[in-house]
Amino acid sequence: MKQIISVIFFLTTKIIVLVLLGLRIQHRERLPTTGPAILVANHNSHLDTLVLLSLFPLSKVQHLRPVANEEYFLQQNPCLAWFARHILHIIPVSTESGNCRDNCSNHRNFFKNCADAIAENQILILYPEGTRGTPESIGEFRSGIAHLAKQHPHVPIVPIFLHGLGKALPKGDFLIVPLLCSIFIGEAMYWNGQKQIFLQQLTERVQALSAEK
Amino acid sequence: MEINLATPVLYTLAGIFGLLTIATLTVLGLALSHWDTDYSELNARIKSWWVMVTIFSLAILLKHPASIIFFMFLSFIALREYLSVIPTRFSDRRVLLWAYLAIVLQYFWIYIGWYGMFLIFIPIYMFLLLPMRMLLTGETEGFLNAIGTIHWGLMLNVYTISHLSYLIMLPLSGNPIAGGTGLLVYLLLLTEINDISQYIFGKLFGRHKIIPKVSPNKTVEGLLGGVLTTTGLAIALAPWLTPFDLVHAGFLGLLLSLTGFIGDVNISALKRDLGIKDSGNLLPGHGGILDRIDSLTYTAPLFFHFTVYFYFQGQLL
Repeated sequence: MKQIISVIFFLTTKIIVLVLLGLRIQHRERLPTTGPAILVANHNSHLDTLVLLSLFPLSKVQHLRPVANEEYFLQQNPCLAWFARHILHIIPVSTESGNCRDNCSNHRNFFKNCADAIAENQILILYPEGTRGTPESIGEFRSGIAHLAKQHPHVPIVPIFLHGLGKALPKGDFLIVPLLCSIFIGEAMYWNGQKQIFLQQLTERVQALSAEK
Repeated sequence: MEINLATPVLYTLAGIFGLLTIATLTVLGLALSHWDTDYSELNARIKSWWVMVTIFSLAILLKHPASIIFFMFLSFIALREYLSVIPTRFSDRRVLLWAYLAIVLQYFWIYIGWYGMFLIFIPIYMFLLLPMRMLLTGETEGFLNAIGTIHWGLMLNVYTISHLSYLIMLPLSGNPIAGGTGLLVYLLLLTEINDISQYIFGKLFGRHKIIPKVSPNKTVEGLLGGVLTTTGLAIALAPWLTPFDLVHAGFLGLLLSLTGFIGDVNISALKRDLGIKDSGNLLPGHGGILDRIDSLTYTAPLFFHFTVYFYFQGQLL
């Protein structure tokens, strides 16, 4: 049953991405074909995850693990929670806890889940802005990705820029407007030993990709 | 599945595939004898032609309603491309959805053969409805630009292109030799041959630019070459595919080549205004879908109404 829903869902995703968004993929060859890897993208729309999933063949989709907001996906609606856990295979992350001191176990859990996924050669999808934010603008990157990179210095981190999806399906709306969207895949980078510099480099890479459009 | 195409139409399709084969072999020969020149763009262009001609042939071979779905989808990808390259306001997302919905309705009128509604739906009903929907949002800044560009896009990508689809629905009585499909193939072939011959004559003999401000590649020599080729072909093919006599065929050849040119530079002006070279990258070697259907946005409705006026008078309701 789960298998069938999953296949139907990913096929629908591929059709939506092709027909409604006519996705243009730049530098497809830079996309990792096997894990472990961490895909880092800007975030404006629910479609972002669907577009990233659609880049992989059906057989690989099971190895993709989107990092997603725990409160939004798991605590609102039991159907959504089931879907997020069993079809999307999300790694939940809590965005409510401000810093480690208030909510240490949550943080530790999250990083442990990520480490497990990486150990199983899976590909993480992470949006360092933490939220979909205002349409078609890149917000500030949070430091979680830097911690993750530090813990896994040999895992390639692939910066990705998504364009147009915030207009096709922005935050707070439920109808997709068909508009051409693009995805720009950057060259993989690795942990470089310095949290602030790493975050800055990652932001610059994504912004450089956005200038290609 | 029923295949009922008139013999002349089948022969014409076979002829088109023959021409494509000749073009492919010519480029192959050129590439072999001039191995230092890069023919990749020409190659990509011809490859795209193969794909387009094959899909189109399948669509008309399967006939009703496969051809209607084909043209509906063509309008959809054209409108999607147009709305993606023009600036649109964030607040107009719902208006855009209504514009997309209009495609389905416009082709539904064709499907049920409601000629009157097909004619007025976009110029009147969508013209009145879209601003109404826009008013509900209440965003007045940029209102004129927004409503003007969206409705122009509907006219350009949906209304004009839907005339191609209605050609197939025309009754056999007006064109007993080859039916509406014959007229469609005649129009498409002439329009595309006109584009190609204008390009080739322009490359070979082009000296005097016509409108350098809009499109620096358009020359008087290219245009004249296109007019001669198209008019000649229009007269030669008319007894095969159409009910046109010599005068009508000659006039249509002139009309299609001149207005095809206008449709082409019309889209060039749009792209120049937006600061883009191609409208998209759907068709390798050609650009976007708008780059391909530009001439048709003029030739399709003009050819349709000329033909209906002279040969289907009183037969459409």
